[in-house]
Amino acid sequence: MRQKALGIYAAFALAFLHAPLLILILFSFNASRFTVWEGFSLHWYRAAIDDPQLAEGLINSVIIAVVASLLSTVIGTMAAYGIWRRAAPVLSGTLYLSLVTPEIVTGVSLLALFQSAFRFLRLQLGLYTVVIAHVAFSIAYVAIVISARLRNYDRSLEEAAMDLGATEWHAFSRVTLPALAPAIAAAGLLALVVSFDDYVITSLVAGVDSETLPMVIYAMARRGVSPVVNAVSALIVVAFGAIILISQKLQSE
Amino acid sequence: MALFFAVPLAIVCAYSFLTRGDYGGVEQPWTVENFSRLADPLYLAILWRSLWIAALSTAFCALLGFPLALFISRAGRRKNLYLQLVLLPFWTSFLVRTYAWLFILRDTGFVNTVLIRLHFIAAPLQLLYNDGAVLLGLVYNFLPFFVLPMYATLERLDPALLEAAADLGARPFAILRRVILPVSAPGFVAGAVLVFIPCLGAYLTPDLLGGGKSVMLGNLVQNQFTTARDWPFGSAASLVLMLASALLLAALMRSRIARELM
Repeated sequence: MRQKALGIYAAFALAFLHAPLLILILFSFNASRFTVWEGFSLHWYRAAIDDPQLAEGLINSVIIAVVASLLSTVIGTMAAYGIWRRAAPVLSGTLYLSLVTPEIVTGVSLLALFQSAFRFLRLQLGLYTVVIAHVAFSIAYVAIVISARLRNYDRSLEEAAMDLGATEWHAFSRVTLPALAPAIAAAGLLALVVSFDDYVITSLVAGVDSETLPMVIYAMARRGVSPVVNAVSALIVVAFGAIILISQKLQSE
Repeated sequence: MALFFAVPLAIVCAYSFLTRGDYGGVEQPWTVENFSRLADPLYLAILWRSLWIAALSTAFCALLGFPLALFISRAGRRKNLYLQLVLLPFWTSFLVRTYAWLFILRDTGFVNTVLIRLHFIAAPLQLLYNDGAVLLGLVYNFLPFFVLPMYATLERLDPALLEAAADLGARPFAILRRVILPVSAPGFVAGAVLVFIPCLGAYLTPDLLGGGKSVMLGNLVQNQFTTARDWPFGSAASLVLMLASALLLAALMRSRIARELM
């Protein structure tokens, strides 16, 4: 009886977590532009694909996410490796701190950094400032994933390699790096998603010519009802879900 | 790492003690006026509201999350499936998840349309742009942050303890109150901190679901850096937000709880 009540309660909580997205996706297939079901249609998906603003946002977002995730994967892996080798508590503290820092604070502090740099350099906000900002906040995600893997990694493997005459670099690149490869790939995919998704930080540091997909979606959502936003949202949900599943599979390998 | 994180923060730190410039930049002289302005009743109200909403969100996450975590921890072979179900929405876009509530709650949205069609109401209810909508959005977005540490705690609970209590004649409610709840205290603390911190600093949820009506600290910071162009004051506000988050995290990491759970 009690177990059953608990089960019903849990089902309710799980429904609360899933229903909003399911409703959102359901209505992306609605023939009507209003929230009344009038039959199945792919009309809004076609409208989304044809929208020039969405297309431009998508291109910007993909460029930013790919470049930023590649850079942050390299830097984040090195940071995690450095923490692991030298047990640097300050660095790992900074890592956790940057994970819990409110996005808006990260955003304005990066904006402040860029503006004070611009006093000396004749530059302005653009796509590249977004890339730098994304690298800055996704490093922590990468480093956490790699650190988790390194915790179970046997240090004596590297020592053995060096005893057998490998240099420090060789021991790292030939022994540790291959062992970390799945975790690095997983972390890279995670960084890709985090970067692609960000709105708050991006909107603060983006230049006029660098609207990303979330920025376009935000503007559309603000303007009013359009099932086009539902269609784009549904596509993002599916794409993110697939990438995260691959990432988790790699992490558990 | 230092370059990307510490340097920008140091600049904000410096800004918060400077004076606002004519064109939105910063100028000397150095001052602490930005911090004393935070004590203005207008801003104190925002601070107070942020604390309240974050605290209430945390409470609701606990109310929903504890039974869910308890259920999952006793689900046997299906545990991983349920955990995935909790995590899956969390891994979809934050913006999309918040937009979903906008879609559901707005005047022509899902809830109002259904209610009008069923003739329960004649005119749409104002569900958006109030504290309730912000609260709902925050609980929805951060529930997984509570469930995971709670689950990690309950997972270590030895089922033999529960059997022993039942054998000794304890009723289900007594078992919950005298065995399960005391053991799960670390999960409550860790979950509460992990929910409270992001809720306190929330920006997007109050922005979209609260409109201009339910302003929180995050919106105050954003507003000072964009529309109001008062960077020193915005810096001071964001520094307060940052310090609150950092202190809470440090307290959690230093406690016994972190060592047990992480």
